[in-house]
Amino acid sequence: MVKKEPFFWVTVSCGVIIMAFILLPLIQMLAAPSLTMLKETIQDKNVVRSIWLSIYTAGLAALISFLFGTPLAYILARTNFRGKHLVESIIDLPIAIPHPVVGIAILSIAGKGHWLGQILSELGIRIMGSVTGIVVVLTFVGLPFYVNAVKNGFESIPPRLENVSRSLGASMFSTFARITFPLAWRSMLIGIIMCSARALSEFGAVVIVAYHPMIAPVLLYERFESYGLKYSQPVAVWLISICLILFLVLRLLTLHNRKEQ
Amino acid sequence: MISIQNLSICLGEFHLQDINMDIEKGSFFTLMGPTGAGKTVLLEAIAGLVPIHKGNIILGGKNVTRLPPEKRGVGIVYQDYALFPHLSVLANITYGLHYRKMKRKDAQERLEQLIDELNLSHLLKRLPTNLSGGENQRVALARALIVDPKVLLLDEPLSALDPSFREEIRKGLQRLHAQSDTTFLMVTHDFAEALSLSDRAAIMNRGKIEQIGCMKDIFQKPNSTFVADFVGMKNLFAAQFKDTRATVDSLEIELARRPSKDHGYIAIRPEDIVLSKEPFSSSMRNAFRGVITGVLDQGLYYEIDLMVNDILFKSMITKSSLFELDIRDGSDIYLYFKSAAIHSF
Repeated sequence: MVKKEPFFWVTVSCGVIIMAFILLPLIQMLAAPSLTMLKETIQDKNVVRSIWLSIYTAGLAALISFLFGTPLAYILARTNFRGKHLVESIIDLPIAIPHPVVGIAILSIAGKGHWLGQILSELGIRIMGSVTGIVVVLTFVGLPFYVNAVKNGFESIPPRLENVSRSLGASMFSTFARITFPLAWRSMLIGIIMCSARALSEFGAVVIVAYHPMIAPVLLYERFESYGLKYSQPVAVWLISICLILFLVLRLLTLHNRKEQ
Repeated sequence: MISIQNLSICLGEFHLQDINMDIEKGSFFTLMGPTGAGKTVLLEAIAGLVPIHKGNIILGGKNVTRLPPEKRGVGIVYQDYALFPHLSVLANITYGLHYRKMKRKDAQERLEQLIDELNLSHLLKRLPTNLSGGENQRVALARALIVDPKVLLLDEPLSALDPSFREEIRKGLQRLHAQSDTTFLMVTHDFAEALSLSDRAAIMNRGKIEQIGCMKDIFQKPNSTFVADFVGMKNLFAAQFKDTRATVDSLEIELARRPSKDHGYIAIRPEDIVLSKEPFSSSMRNAFRGVITGVLDQGLYYEIDLMVNDILFKSMITKSSLFELDIRDGSDIYLYFKSAAIHSF
């Protein structure tokens, strides 16, 4: 066998260090709580409620991203226009903004001092301390992940397929439904997973807009603050297990469908 | 049938300028030119797939310049086939029937006829990714023709295919064109291909039309050096035939077999012409004496211009042959080629 250069061993060791860096804390956390503690935690109504609220609001954020983000991603993938880079940068903006700033920014237009806040309050819609507020925040932080994933998906479909479909008599919408969507839905699903994963992990912005009702990360934080590490670990274990199972199911569904095709 | 008037298109760096042409109904028209001349853009403009800056496109007396592609009745077949990868061959072919008002029975009949004509019956359930290039091309043709378009646009339909499939598809195209009223408009950069399929053609270069007319005129009376270079590259000659003998001006050339009655041209690939300093006896039936009038370095090989009487031949040789034969401008040379190396059409 050829003797490897030292550089090869540098790359290998870096890889090992990074793996350990990611996995060690997670494994330690998963292994820490005893089974009885885990059982007690999941019987705690507050915990169940907050995990459910987290999943439900993150799912809604993903759904909203899907409805509004898909057409936008399509336009960005298919057309070139002046200011396209600007639009793309604006979409990426929520990724770069510190999370508490997102919360403060959203509150500043949702308050009574702002015309939009006025309209919302007249309509009976409350952002501060409400599920609506949580969904708004989660959509804000999750949307870029959806749009970017789906844009890449659309870009990988040759425009010629759509051209041929149009030339055969299909309208733009019909072409989208029969050609583009069936070829891009997998990237949409990936976008939904990315978007909801990002939404599930949001803490900083939510804690400012809605401490109550408590989503799981906020509950986790509260347990940590009031009772310490030991009592927050079981909640964390349940939160990430449930999320992992959900994502796994979604992934399996896509793999299953791929085989069918 | 197709009338293009003062068409101009700007696509970033690329421009099509003042394109004018008329194509008769039911004809087989060819658009030729080197890569980047704007042939595909012009096709897509006729199909309504690129924005038009200026000018008009009229199809069958109707101005379609502002119509969306689905309202034009123009089919398109791309060089890379552009088959829908998630649909079976059958679903690909019948895709357009959803939008075309056609009696179920007529549609079924047309489907069967095309499947039969293009020999697709054993492929219907397969996915396009598992097909060969020639099979893909046949599916793409069936898909475009099933809706009976007024115009069928073909973007280099033969160039991506293996030579064995090429001949098969070429014949298929000829048959399909003869059977339908559809006007065929084909893009190619191969002059011999164009000659064998169509009667009229346009030569494009850098977004402009250099010459438009019947194949014979373009070939015999090129109106610019560009066109002359473009069509003259390939040792193509108008010829009169008698038995297995072709007469090109004063030269008599022996063919391997008797050409069809409708043939009027012969072509020899430059690499099939063998050069020699001294005459030698060989099994090659065609031997001529000529003069070298040009030596052009093409990188991997040299392109040699030879004059035999008043006829210009092109040959290709390697660098080492160039030195061994001591080839230079003005020197005498003997050229040989096999009768089987001559294509007639």
